[in-house]
Amino acid sequence: MTIVKKNAISCKNILLKLGGKVILDNISLDLHHGQVTTLLGPNGAGKSSLLKILANEIKATPNESSEILYFNQAKMNWKGSQLAQHIGILPQQSSLTFAFTVREVVELGLLPLSLSRSQADCVINEMLEKVDTLHLEARLYPLLSGGEKQRIHFARVLAQLSKSGNKTLLMLDEPTSALDLSHQHNTLKIARSMAEQGAAVLIVLHDLNLAAQYSDRVLILNNGKIQSDGSPWHALTAEKIEKVYQQKVEVLKHPSADYPVVYAI
Amino acid sequence: MLLRQIPFSLLMLFAIALMLLTATFSIVVGPMTISLFDSFKGLTPWANELPTHIQLVIHQIRLPRTLLCLVIGAILALSGTVMQGLFRNPLAEPGIIGVSAGAGLGVAIAIVVFSSIAMQYPLLMNIAAVPLFAFLGGALTTLLVYSLGTSKNGTSVAVMLLAGVAIGALSGAGIGYLNFIASDQMLRDLSLWSMGSLAGATWASINLATVSLIILLSIFMRNAKGLNALLLGEAEAGHLGVNTQRLKRRMILLTAAGVGVTVSIAGMIGFIGLIVPHLGRMLTGPDHKVLLPLSAIMGALLLTMADMIARVAVTPAELPVGIVTAIIGAPFFLYLLFKQRGRM
Repeated sequence: MTIVKKNAISCKNILLKLGGKVILDNISLDLHHGQVTTLLGPNGAGKSSLLKILANEIKATPNESSEILYFNQAKMNWKGSQLAQHIGILPQQSSLTFAFTVREVVELGLLPLSLSRSQADCVINEMLEKVDTLHLEARLYPLLSGGEKQRIHFARVLAQLSKSGNKTLLMLDEPTSALDLSHQHNTLKIARSMAEQGAAVLIVLHDLNLAAQYSDRVLILNNGKIQSDGSPWHALTAEKIEKVYQQKVEVLKHPSADYPVVYAI
Repeated sequence: MLLRQIPFSLLMLFAIALMLLTATFSIVVGPMTISLFDSFKGLTPWANELPTHIQLVIHQIRLPRTLLCLVIGAILALSGTVMQGLFRNPLAEPGIIGVSAGAGLGVAIAIVVFSSIAMQYPLLMNIAAVPLFAFLGGALTTLLVYSLGTSKNGTSVAVMLLAGVAIGALSGAGIGYLNFIASDQMLRDLSLWSMGSLAGATWASINLATVSLIILLSIFMRNAKGLNALLLGEAEAGHLGVNTQRLKRRMILLTAAGVGVTVSIAGMIGFIGLIVPHLGRMLTGPDHKVLLPLSAIMGALLLTMADMIARVAVTPAELPVGIVTAIIGAPFFLYLLFKQRGRM
């Protein structure tokens, strides 16, 4: 039973049909505390749809045997604001256009928590510092670059999870898409350290090498099915990658660390 | 940026002081000259020392009118602020997207349908039937525009404005048709209403508007954090634990109620709901917790000023106040459109 308790999320038979086309084909998946799981797959594989269903943003196609449990409880057993203290989701893009300051944007993440002013300021500072944006705190959000905006939203999600205790689920949808090299790695390092403190982390990525470097577990989704699931060495073999991406690759060992490196050839 | 560093309490204090000052002047100003001292005196228990005709002008005409201006201005500004938050678009305004026109059609329908009871129960008509129909018209319009124009990336300005044009035209046609079939008495009521002025202030309408304002402001304030989260996007607000469907439904109904009350009492007064939230955001930023109360005060202030201009610009005649707000507001709207042009 103790093993079951480690699941931050477990879903069974998730089906999604849009306009007669099967986007997700009976997916079952458990995410474990203390692990970074990356979700890979070609464009249109259903990655974002899966994330949106797990995040309760869209509903799966009704299916008798389907089920999603958050920390071993069905969604309806949670009050909306309660669950929000434990699940943070970073979207690919935000449509925010109103002129909040950077600090205010991060503070929006504290909505589900009830913190005193000084506690709130403390959390906001900590998270701005973490994503290397403390120097931007008084700037107006709409005037920032895309990468800066992405980092600010990451800080907002981290602030939201600042009091999540031992139940933490962090889901990031292409969190590095607008970032430069050092901030890409910084973002994924933060995700890693969240996992090391016990969080379950799910990241949608396109860069196989970033996935190989930072994940405990790699999922490859294609045509609505999980084609590969396991450690980076297990999931990222040349054969599997070629089959899914239709691209010839060579997989080598990183010269100084124990994870695979994928080269397109 | 500089503006936003002014502390909120100071800003509020300043706005309230300015509002009170304007309200006082609004009692002094008018076709009949009443001195500042007498105007003040008219508001105190010593009013009965004044000549009767001055007492009458102050108590029956100028004071109710000023109070109505304050309250209607506040409701218009609040409705605009919430609507812009709901649509996640700073160009949304009850007048521009056709909600006022929808409410106006509701008013016209009520006047024509209930003309037989209007004579017997004028109060029931003016503070129940007409506002209710205005509310229904406004609510249906808001729902229509919202479902037409809003996707997960916010609201398309183009679709929203075009929907406003279409609904405006349709409501105009409806009102025109009702005018055409109306009897003499209905026609008189219709044209009285469509001139849309604050001159006809009665204590019944002031009470209705005040109660509406208190209810609206208190519910809006309780949902301020949710409205802030909604600016991030609907999905993001949901992730933060906000019940977005319920919030949206509530806000649509409440803004429609606000617009319905103002349209039924004072006709269509445009642009207050557009200008005020903008000025407010420049002063305090988009945080609804501070933006809403500030907007209410500034809306009261702005409409009272506009009404003063309407009264003195062409004395002894009087301009409809909607003309004054349009003269100020329409160029402002064009300027905003110009700024947003790249994002259409």
